[in-house]
Amino acid sequence: MTEPDALLALQNVTKRFPGVVAVDGVSLEVYSGEVHALLGENGAGKTTLVSLLYGLYPPDEGEIFWRGRSVRIRSPQEAIRLGIGLVPQHPLLVRAHTVLENLALGMPRGFLFPTRGLEARIAELTRHYGFRFNPHAPVWQLSEGEKQRVEIVRALLQGAKLLVLDEPTSVLTPQEARELFKVIRRMRAEGEAVIFISHKLDEVLEVADRISVLRKGRRVGTITREEADKAKLARMMVGRQVSFERRKPPARPGDAVLELADVHAASDRGLPALRGVNLRVRAGEILGLAGMAGSGQRELVEVVTGLRRPERGKVRVLGRAPWSRRRGRIAHIPEDRRRQGVAGGLDLAENLILHDYVRAPFARGPLIDRRAVYAFAREQIEHYRIDPPDPRTPARLLSGGNLQKLILARELHGDPPLIVAVHPTYGLDVGATEQVHELLIERSRTGAAVLLVSEDLDEVLALADRVAVIQGGRIVGEVPAEAADRERIGLWMAGVEA
Amino acid sequence: MEDWIWTTLVRALAFGTPILLAGLGEIYAERSGVVNLGVEGMMAVGALAAFAVAQSSGHPYLGLAAAAAVGALIALPFAFAAITLRANQYVAGLALTMLGLGLSGLLGKPYEGAPLAHPLPEAGFVVAALALAAGLWFFLRHTFGGLILRSAGESPETVDAMGINVYAVRYGAVVFGGAMAGLAGAFLSLAYRPSWADGITSGLGWIAVALAIFAAWHPLKAVGAALLFGALYHLSYRLQAVVSPEFLKAMPYLFVVVILSLSALRRGPSGAPEALGIPYVRGERR
Amino acid sequence: MRRIGPFLVEKDLVAPPGRVLAVSTAALLLAFLVAGLVFWAYGVSPWAAYRTIFVETLLSPSGFAEGVRRAIPLLLAGVGLVLAFRGQFWNIGAEGQLLLGAVAAAGVALFAPLPGPLKLPAMFLAGFVAGGLWAAVPALLKLRLGVNDVLTTLMLNYVAVYLVEWLIHGPWRGRTAFGFAYTDRFPDTAMLPLLPGTYVHWPTLLLALGLAWLAWFVLARTVWGYPVRVTGDNPEAARYARMPVFWVVFGVALASGGLAGLAGVGEVAGVHGRLLGAYQISLGYGYTAIIVAWLARGNPLGAVLTALFMGLVFASGDVMKIALQMPFRVTDVFNGLILFFLISTERLLYYRVRWAPALKER
Repeated sequence: MTEPDALLALQNVTKRFPGVVAVDGVSLEVYSGEVHALLGENGAGKTTLVSLLYGLYPPDEGEIFWRGRSVRIRSPQEAIRLGIGLVPQHPLLVRAHTVLENLALGMPRGFLFPTRGLEARIAELTRHYGFRFNPHAPVWQLSEGEKQRVEIVRALLQGAKLLVLDEPTSVLTPQEARELFKVIRRMRAEGEAVIFISHKLDEVLEVADRISVLRKGRRVGTITREEADKAKLARMMVGRQVSFERRKPPARPGDAVLELADVHAASDRGLPALRGVNLRVRAGEILGLAGMAGSGQRELVEVVTGLRRPERGKVRVLGRAPWSRRRGRIAHIPEDRRRQGVAGGLDLAENLILHDYVRAPFARGPLIDRRAVYAFAREQIEHYRIDPPDPRTPARLLSGGNLQKLILARELHGDPPLIVAVHPTYGLDVGATEQVHELLIERSRTGAAVLLVSEDLDEVLALADRVAVIQGGRIVGEVPAEAADRERIGLWMAGVEA
Repeated sequence: MEDWIWTTLVRALAFGTPILLAGLGEIYAERSGVVNLGVEGMMAVGALAAFAVAQSSGHPYLGLAAAAAVGALIALPFAFAAITLRANQYVAGLALTMLGLGLSGLLGKPYEGAPLAHPLPEAGFVVAALALAAGLWFFLRHTFGGLILRSAGESPETVDAMGINVYAVRYGAVVFGGAMAGLAGAFLSLAYRPSWADGITSGLGWIAVALAIFAAWHPLKAVGAALLFGALYHLSYRLQAVVSPEFLKAMPYLFVVVILSLSALRRGPSGAPEALGIPYVRGERR
Repeated sequence: MRRIGPFLVEKDLVAPPGRVLAVSTAALLLAFLVAGLVFWAYGVSPWAAYRTIFVETLLSPSGFAEGVRRAIPLLLAGVGLVLAFRGQFWNIGAEGQLLLGAVAAAGVALFAPLPGPLKLPAMFLAGFVAGGLWAAVPALLKLRLGVNDVLTTLMLNYVAVYLVEWLIHGPWRGRTAFGFAYTDRFPDTAMLPLLPGTYVHWPTLLLALGLAWLAWFVLARTVWGYPVRVTGDNPEAARYARMPVFWVVFGVALASGGLAGLAGVGEVAGVHGRLLGAYQISLGYGYTAIIVAWLARGNPLGAVLTALFMGLVFASGDVMKIALQMPFRVTDVFNGLILFFLISTERLLYYRVRWAPALKER
């Protein structure tokens, strides 16, 4: 039943988690010398499939075949031994250690470290693929792209015949992504098999030989690159016609709501993070801030929302400093919704009053008016269609999309003049993403100033009226959205003058 | 004048030795990612075991072995709770200290009072401790085993993904830490006193935990830190004529607070292993 | 979901109260089981030991009263620790804060020129303040410098012990008897009344019960308690919401230190009538209060029950000392085992186990 020369074959593989079937009867073949893309929305089952291949847990049903033989991959070690190498989405490296120490961890070990010859082997391999890095550099100093290359080298050093890349371009600039594609083509030429997991149609079309589309845990179909086009792929991913045009009512910007002038700020570690930021966001417009991770976005958001004081420069929200007691409302939709946005052990209603609990109608004097709180909660839950609708549900039980809606309900209450949204649709499915985008657009058109910080260039280009790029702690470029050109923005993100 | 310096140094070494021994063990445990607050209890039980075995068998070295074995044994349930059951490491360690102090106080009743018939020389322990410090540093820095240990405490996910058993590494480090704590206790009951009394450890285990932090988890720096503590203890005895004895007895503990505060002021990133105190579960995001 | 033999184990995100009760009880039973093994190692029959404990503490009115007496400081300190833990302040220093409270009370009792009726209230106030200040130092070090609060609060316990020792051997020395040192006896106006026939100083008991209720009320129903709950649940989210995290942590630190201080006042004004050696005032109440707080699972009202329970455990230590000639250290064995099993079984709270014997494969 299995293709005799397929390197890897999955047959009817199924994996269940409490409440959801993550992978549902998936059958798949991957050949040596092929770049096979796995395309799907968030939640389609891609990550679970990869975890199965890497031995993090076993499938509930189905079989996995390697070179025609049925195998049980019980641990990452077995996966490595078979020849499956994983380059995960978030780097799996020891940040405090050097590149050499990280690479050595995956190699067969002697007693003493470092073993002779390890450095030589690494040098040879990196030269072969055209990488350049210093093996004695500590990993935390490397850029995301360089970290990724270390992981690729590690997989190759371990003898990987199949390389699985999980959303590799999510942390790369357009230029770096192109470099990566070159490396992938090189590997294909040498007979490696590559599984390329993504939700970005353009990239998949550029680099893949065959594309398998996953939707809700099932494989919807597999087509070759020649047969594929964006519309067809999108339809397969989502199950319906998807329009790629986002029609937005035109912006009519008013006065400046947020102003930053020559702002300098340090990071948690004491290093300079913002080196003279000048930025202005006006009422009624959405400013999309693009940039690679670590360019200073986090510190910028913290300064704008009043969580961090700048060392120099002026920050004003409607004329007041954001850290002052008497500032206006600023909505902050944080980067990590579970860790920064909610108190998971408290219920929905209690989370909704996070900002307003001292005020009427939620408090009368020192006492909290529970009836008012729960009535308000029921209202908001209905308006935003949050599920499960019981206001006494502990917040940690909510799915990502519902959690984000809860946060939005809370933050947008009271019509804040400034909304700071950081990666607001990260990890959400298409439906939730659309809802969030519509909310932001609606609020901006009714007069709020929106600062959208996102590493997803597509999102920024789709939503923003103006696009700015932050790099190395400075705003290195700013254009109206119509004039935004991916190439130029990519160069700015990488720190190249254009 | 030189005599005074020499005496101080010698006494500092002697007094710093149990702190160093237990501290080195704690450094290893914490480097692998586990905070062991049970050191005080393990030390107490180790001290009792050493004394009991040495006294009844007449062979003090047997007592030494017993101390290490018992220390390791007591560390095992702690390791099980902290690593396999993923319990709150801080409280679990505290529970073990209570248990260890209680067990040693209870089971040690018959052994109280009598001094040890064949005590061991302090110098032997001092030399062993210094040699251990050097050896442990070398292992940590220049062997694969040490690399794996360090990595387990910084990024257990990475170690797991490389096919290495993170749990085994942590178990090993914690049990080793327990054995070292036991040896530290043995020093007290076989060489320093040498006898057994309830409360013989008088908080030294806690100071050892503070030592690991103050020494930035570095075995060689731990030697210096232990010497510092030892010198302080000794100097406080010398000042007995001038200051009240209770104040002097309280000095080491106050000193720990001061030291910890200075450590916190000293640098930006603390240098602590990144995954310290966080139980590891495969597949769970931190 | 995993299958272990005939059981299906599923991970849950919440722990229903029924399961919490079941798991807590199981942990306690395990602790008592292992303690029985320890008794056996010591040479005492576990059966005899537990029978004695049961009869002498639960069934005997004087034994039970002793349990209640022990429960008073445990409840006060325990409620304080519930607040502290919920605010993420890991206060292991209740022992020292208790002693500071005792010191302050003794100071007022012996030396403050106050009219009679004001003495006791002043003592309680002084005790609260002293205990609170003793907790404030580690709290500030944690908040401003990030110093580990477990270690600093613990170290101050030892310092407090030596402070007491210094006072009773030095400036506050009363008459010495049989090698023990203590201060003079407090005047009658500085002594708490007792329930006849027992050592139960009931005003402190009422105070403790009242404060337990107040702590619950503030936590659950007021605008001061809400930020504590949020901070305790997710300090990051509290920070992002610009909640006054500093005041939350500092506040619970002061409160827990103050409550422990009140416990100390009760001990010297109710039980002893003078300032004694540290190990006679508190035989580990501060550490046991950690268990009281942990068992109460974050609920100050729950501490009433758990304090009574641990008070009886304490009283059983007395019983074992007298009836079975075991050193009082045996209570540490109980404490350590109970805390250990409580902590170890914590994760079980989040697993649902179902009986589902495997069906034959088709």
